[in-house]
Amino acid sequence: MTLLSTRGLSKSFGGLHAVTNVDFDLPKGEIRALIGPNGAGKTTLVGMICGRIAPTSGTVSFDGVDITALPAHKRIMLGMAYTFQITSVFPRLPVAENVALAARRRLHGQEVDAAVSEALDRVGLTEAPDEEAGNLSYGHQRLLEIAMGLAQRPRLLILDEPTQGLSEGEIDGFKALIRDLAGETTILLIEHNMKVVMETADRVTVLNFGEVLAEGTPQEIHENDAVQAAYLGTG
Amino acid sequence: MELGPYILLASLEGSVTAAVLALTAVGLSLVFGVMRVVNIAHGEFFMLGAVIAWYVAHAMGGHPAIGFVAALVLAPLLVGAIAVAADMTILKRIDYDPERTIVATIGLLYIIQQLTLMTYGPEARPVEAPFNQRIALPWFEWGEKGFEFYFPWGLSTTTYKLAVIGAAAVVLCGVWAMMTRTRIGLLMRATQADRDMALAFGIPVERVYALVFGIGAGLAALAAVLIVPIQQAHYLMGADPLLLSFIVVIIGGLGSLPGTVLAAVFIGLSDGIISVFFSPTLAKILATLLVGLVLVFRPQGLFGTRTA
Amino acid sequence: MSETQRILILHGGLLVLLFVLQFVLPAYHHGNLARIMVLATYAVGYNILFGYTGLLSLGHALFFAAGMYGMGLTIQHAGFTPAPALLVGLVAGALVSGALALLALRTAGVAFMIVTLMFAQAGYLTILYFGEYTRGDEGFVIQQAQRVLWGIDLSDPTNRYFAAWGLFGICLLISLWLVRAPFGRTLVAIRENEERVRMLGYDTFAHKLTAMVISGTIAAAAGAFYGLLFGYAGASFASVQYSIFPLLWVLLGGAGTVLGPFVGTLFMFYLIDLSSGITTAYMLIAGVVLVALTLFAPQGLTGELRRRVWRWLP
Repeated sequence: MTLLSTRGLSKSFGGLHAVTNVDFDLPKGEIRALIGPNGAGKTTLVGMICGRIAPTSGTVSFDGVDITALPAHKRIMLGMAYTFQITSVFPRLPVAENVALAARRRLHGQEVDAAVSEALDRVGLTEAPDEEAGNLSYGHQRLLEIAMGLAQRPRLLILDEPTQGLSEGEIDGFKALIRDLAGETTILLIEHNMKVVMETADRVTVLNFGEVLAEGTPQEIHENDAVQAAYLGTG
Repeated sequence: MELGPYILLASLEGSVTAAVLALTAVGLSLVFGVMRVVNIAHGEFFMLGAVIAWYVAHAMGGHPAIGFVAALVLAPLLVGAIAVAADMTILKRIDYDPERTIVATIGLLYIIQQLTLMTYGPEARPVEAPFNQRIALPWFEWGEKGFEFYFPWGLSTTTYKLAVIGAAAVVLCGVWAMMTRTRIGLLMRATQADRDMALAFGIPVERVYALVFGIGAGLAALAAVLIVPIQQAHYLMGADPLLLSFIVVIIGGLGSLPGTVLAAVFIGLSDGIISVFFSPTLAKILATLLVGLVLVFRPQGLFGTRTA
Repeated sequence: MSETQRILILHGGLLVLLFVLQFVLPAYHHGNLARIMVLATYAVGYNILFGYTGLLSLGHALFFAAGMYGMGLTIQHAGFTPAPALLVGLVAGALVSGALALLALRTAGVAFMIVTLMFAQAGYLTILYFGEYTRGDEGFVIQQAQRVLWGIDLSDPTNRYFAAWGLFGICLLISLWLVRAPFGRTLVAIRENEERVRMLGYDTFAHKLTAMVISGTIAAAAGAFYGLLFGYAGASFASVQYSIFPLLWVLLGGAGTVLGPFVGTLFMFYLIDLSSGITTAYMLIAGVVLVALTLFAPQGLTGELRRRVWRWLP
């Protein structure tokens, strides 16, 4: 059962082709990693999937429905969640309120508080829910970002480089969290850290110069010569 | 007067408006272009120029030309100095934050305007033009005896008005030359293109900002000195130039000097001609609506091109 | 004591205090306070858009004037009684703010400020242009006989005070309820980081539109009551100055605080009142306060209070 698929999705900025003719299918329940060198078009592709960037051509469907014309907020309401590459929390609002804003889109009253503490629990941010989010350490802000994604209880969770700038210990925690989420939701993970990709993803899609270069299990990708050449270098 | 000569007269008057407007608006545009801030007090710098011109001309005595020339030099310098002081004490301290700058310059507007009211007073006072010969203009038409010239009553201009147009053209060429041919112009353009990069290359961005703010205000003051023999100096006279400069800068494309000059000529001329057909209030309503709608639907200006 | 209790006691306490003051104040200050409460209502409306949603409008005089003229013109030319005339003022404010929002919200930041400024200026000039009906700058007086609402003569100082108190109280409570409700919290989040709010699934345009209509309608209510209570409508209430005033009051009192608009209006009113005894150039004070606030206290009085002492202040 396919949750998300794109057909012929392309984006050009002026004369620059950032993403070209991408056909991408993501089955329900899978954890998919999206990798590729810098400038390969990963963030642009994901931006078109969740509605932040309008495609030049092509279509996006979610759960069998064509959502190409839907604005971002309506796509989110269909069950997508997107966590930002550059930490994008509400720095002057309390930690709990950050998560509550995410939860309130589907819940009301007391249910919100329960969902907030559950999400914070899950990422391990329980100490200071009343602290302003801007005062958290960088690693904790990334966790808060993920907690906001969880509180939305999405059918598709898109994580844009979630481990960037995290410490080793925090990355281990993140991997455990992703494994814990497996089966609960479908995850699209943009990731640079190959260790994280190898240990968490069911399948991997490699993007290079805006096109899909390869797709397969982490093992297959690891052994793929074209990928080696384009991205992994000498590995 | 018939319509033909009337429109010629309106375009002549419009050219004077356009000349003064171009100077004022280029000042505003320069500040917006380089510093990325909107100076709401710009009209008050214009007013200060006119008021200082009156003080200077009044103090000088003798032939009107002596006072006028002195004002032409002193008023822009003094106003420029005031603007530099405002930049260093206020704008620099709020780090040129766009929204806070607007609030602060609104405050500055009231401070300048009210201090002028307290010192200069509520009267409107004239400055005498250095020269002012009337020139009657001919009109021609096909009459019963064929092609003929005549001088319609009221169709005239003055040497001073023509001089204003010429002077504005010279100053605008000077500004253009400064921006493209001099080192300080290069520094300004570098700062405009990329502030952080300019800082990294050791350009004293803060001093460039202060200078630009001063030059912008000085241009407004210069425009006011030129117009004050035609229109008297009054403490509330800054509102119209501010509004018109806004219109010009926004229609011409924010921060683009050629666009600004083109728009000033367009607005100045059409202002003269439109007021032949419409009441001035209606013309102003249309102009303000135009600015609003241009900003909403064509933020790059009518003459600008969209940059990616 | 819970946070909610403290908030209710503080804000309810202010309303009770204002109610009681009616019986003890000397006539001069009594009249002033009635005026301040109506103007503070205007500021309360402004604060919803500026303080909580983060949209700095330079055109709120358009909404204030829409209320004032919606009320005044129907009384003057259509022979309306005050109740339906006030309603016309409110509807006019809602429509005008909705229409301007649809246009201006396509822009952001500085462009939003200029667009609102320009449309408000066009509105002011329109009032002058139709001077035949509006009597332009000179304005028109609403006669005492036309100011009787449900048998209550609003030109009487006591009735006027209570009417102003009622208006202010209702709008203050609306504002308090709004900013503690999910809708208001979403507005605050939009102020802090609009793109993130959008990516949480909120229609931020619809939220900003609603905020602007609520803000504009409260401003219009203040304008309509101002005209009715003080018996006069004039074009100066539509001028740029009346768009700057609520910005000044809210900045001074504290943007994004429920009490800020009242505190700022009160201070500014008496500051100008005292200085007008010394000089006619009283707007100088407004200018100096604006610059000083921008430089030294962008949080305003109540904002500083919240930062330093009462962190729970809404």
